[in-house]
Amino acid sequence: MLMIPKLSFLPFKKFTNKSKVFRPSRREFLKLGSLATGGFMLGVNFQCSGPKGETLTFAPNAYLSINGDNQVTIIAHRSEMGTGIRTSLPMIVADELGADWKSVKIEQAVGDEATYGDQNTDGSYSIRMFFEPMRRAGATARHMLMEAAGKKWDVDPSGCDTRNGQVIHAASGQQVDFSDLLDLLQDMEIPDQETLKLRKLSDYKLIGKDVPIYDVKDIVHGKALFGADMDLPGQQIAVIQRSPAVGAKVVNYSEDKALEVPGVNQVVKISGNGAHPGLNKPLEGIAVIADNTWAAIKGRAALQVEWDLGENKDYQCAAQMEDMIRETLGDGKLRREKGDVKTALGSAGKVLEKTYRAPYYAHATIEPPAALAHYKEDGTIEIWAPTQHPQWARDSVAEALELDAANVRVNVTLLGGGFGRKSKPDYVVEAALLSRAIKKPVRVQWTREDDIHHDFYHSHSAQRIKAGLDAQGNLIAWNHHTVFPAIGGTSSADELHPSDGEMGLGCTDFPYDVANIRIESHEAKAHTRIGWLRSVSNIHHAFAISSMLDEIAELRGMDPVEHILSLLGEDRKLSFNEEMEGEYPNYGEDIAAYPWDTGRMKRVIERVSAEANWSKSIQEGKAMGFAAHKSFLTYVACIVEVSRDENGKITIPEVHYAVDCGIAVNTDRIRSQFEGGAQFASSLAMSSAINFENGQVKQNNFDSYQIIRMPQAPKQIYTHIIESQEKPTGVGEPPVPPYIPALCNALYKLNGKRIYELPVKEAFV
Amino acid sequence: MEKFTLAVNGETHEVTAPGDMPLLWVIRDLLSLKGTKFGCGQALCGACTVHLDGVAIRSCSLPISEVGEQKLTTIEGLSANGEHPLQKAWQEHVVPQCGYCQTGQIMNAAALLQNNPSPSEAEIENAMAGNLCRCGTYNRIKTAIQTASKS
Repeated sequence: MLMIPKLSFLPFKKFTNKSKVFRPSRREFLKLGSLATGGFMLGVNFQCSGPKGETLTFAPNAYLSINGDNQVTIIAHRSEMGTGIRTSLPMIVADELGADWKSVKIEQAVGDEATYGDQNTDGSYSIRMFFEPMRRAGATARHMLMEAAGKKWDVDPSGCDTRNGQVIHAASGQQVDFSDLLDLLQDMEIPDQETLKLRKLSDYKLIGKDVPIYDVKDIVHGKALFGADMDLPGQQIAVIQRSPAVGAKVVNYSEDKALEVPGVNQVVKISGNGAHPGLNKPLEGIAVIADNTWAAIKGRAALQVEWDLGENKDYQCAAQMEDMIRETLGDGKLRREKGDVKTALGSAGKVLEKTYRAPYYAHATIEPPAALAHYKEDGTIEIWAPTQHPQWARDSVAEALELDAANVRVNVTLLGGGFGRKSKPDYVVEAALLSRAIKKPVRVQWTREDDIHHDFYHSHSAQRIKAGLDAQGNLIAWNHHTVFPAIGGTSSADELHPSDGEMGLGCTDFPYDVANIRIESHEAKAHTRIGWLRSVSNIHHAFAISSMLDEIAELRGMDPVEHILSLLGEDRKLSFNEEMEGEYPNYGEDIAAYPWDTGRMKRVIERVSAEANWSKSIQEGKAMGFAAHKSFLTYVACIVEVSRDENGKITIPEVHYAVDCGIAVNTDRIRSQFEGGAQFASSLAMSSAINFENGQVKQNNFDSYQIIRMPQAPKQIYTHIIESQEKPTGVGEPPVPPYIPALCNALYKLNGKRIYELPVKEAFV
Repeated sequence: MEKFTLAVNGETHEVTAPGDMPLLWVIRDLLSLKGTKFGCGQALCGACTVHLDGVAIRSCSLPISEVGEQKLTTIEGLSANGEHPLQKAWQEHVVPQCGYCQTGQIMNAAALLQNNPSPSEAEIENAMAGNLCRCGTYNRIKTAIQTASKS
């Protein structure tokens, strides 16, 4: 799965810049543990400018530079889609360096793995993967600046420090701007990375604090530029009529009426890639190319296209749901086994068996996909796109146009939301193909209907869980059947089971101390493009598991919070591996370095329970629900309060989260991800669903695919961050999974009706 | 194609467009003012919100032929130096996540405060119900509007 970090080591690349470059004597590729970070390979890079070469720029690695005006520029190499990563990674560099944060300039990197390392902004791993490398990037420069100042003042460099863009020597009271040391830096060597000293956590001025996002001013002034805002002289706008069902082929089409629309200039066909088209290929379609967006939209409406709907023409998702539920009644493919579930269930005093359903979801980023491409006469192409994965976009364009990737340049704009949708570069490839076809810059603009009809959907799912209690009421058996069309099915008709990666998202990593566990998956065919949506299969797995555990707690006469604490058992570090059939990917990390730590989960549960005042008496018309779920290596517990107003409508007055994400980097952005995560999950729980009839999506726009609006939003969301010295982990996705069952469990307490199907059929405000 | 004279952010602009072109595309494609965003094209999400004679409208659903002499204000013209109380409050509370819907939110909130300088929480919720945010910044939007209403 693409959300798993790709761990690859990069070969040393020879430095070829012919301008004035001072080569350091020690230039081997720096060892940085298990992380793939290309940004350190360049060594020290000085560039001269100005008539006499008097202005130097010091660039000790790909992520930062300091020029003669003491301007510190830091490269944001991962994509900004709302998580704040464009601020939070550069601020680590700046904090370690001792830069003056208010004057730091941030520049967005182009897609270039050799220079910047992994740029796949996905899977909540930016902070996890780059916290250390960003510290080292800053520390390398800091070390060299302190050495230079030591030489200048003839003092021991270790007595120096850096703050606000200066090196200071407290003992002698001397201080000097970074830029006044550039001359001296020319003779310096890159410090040994093995012995490089990093600041102590307590020494940081930014890390661990609320730091506002870099772009906030531009955003509120309307100056922030997203993919859809990119223009080039002479560009054309393309709007495309795509396959109504995945795999549909154009039988024939007439462009005559489209070309009659003033402003429409050309019509171009894009060929599709069949019923399992893959994650980075365009769908078959007819593109209308015009001077402006409105002409293109009208031109498309005037197209006459006859489709052969292909093998998905009879696909009904409701029928597949019934098939999937039937599948779960039999034996599936074994994915994890501990003990002997069948015997335990046979001997159980009580057996509880429940089935859970969840629908397809669309990402519905408020910025629909868009990309600008400029294919040039020299056979190179330049792209501007709101993409989560510029390297994959680059490789996909290169593949589609049969170019060397070196001839493809991908500039990353701000993303108007991503949530996994903008990982897939199909829309970037569309723009590239069209620009080459018409030999002009082309910006492809998706409409909202295009976005709802042609997404890479979160899969619909059915799950059946059978739990057995012994005569004393102990939970002794857990049998979880899960079935959903897998992401792999988007690329291959043979992929009928979820991958180990998808199973490891909240299903096979069931952490509770139950003697007999059996987890099985079942076959389901992909009839549309399945992708990944913020927290992926954790969404439906957490819904089923935490709903079921709440029901089991009730059956056992236990408080739901106490029940989960007792099921987690002693503080233990779990690895699952001996029980897994296949691999447990653990989000791409070594399980020994990042074990499943039941103690850390218990601490977040205890914290959220105390903060939400869980044990307080519930008022009339109000109720609280609880769930805990670890995902992306981050521990989260959630309590949702629901209330019924005088009209019988449900509101959500309060949400409490406790989170252990290791070292908290930017506390304000951690809170904002939880606030947003609660609202995102509210939409999934309360209002959104995609349905297919005859292979085609029934919903069109925000009238039929609904996401929550301000009146339905939880009124207060509190995020309690556990203070931790553990390695930092991500927070983009982890808020979503536990929220949905916590809400469902609260609604049960309010109404006495258990929820087995999403979205919840309940009268919300 | 027809010629239209538009009063935009205190300036006069001449554009040539078909009469049915939604104001949104006039603003974005013909005037190159990119702060007003496209989200749905059906007046369902509010990303394209601008003011016509001080009234918040969804520019994606108003044909240019309906504009006439009404004065159009976009986010770029909301305040002289970006110092509208809402723009300041938005920064104080670090409201945006991805930021895409935020200009529409601010324009809608500005029209709300124009009519009702001290809205209640329920009045804010109702007035802002037409503006979607997929990142989920609703709580901070509400707080920022409350802060601005007190300034």
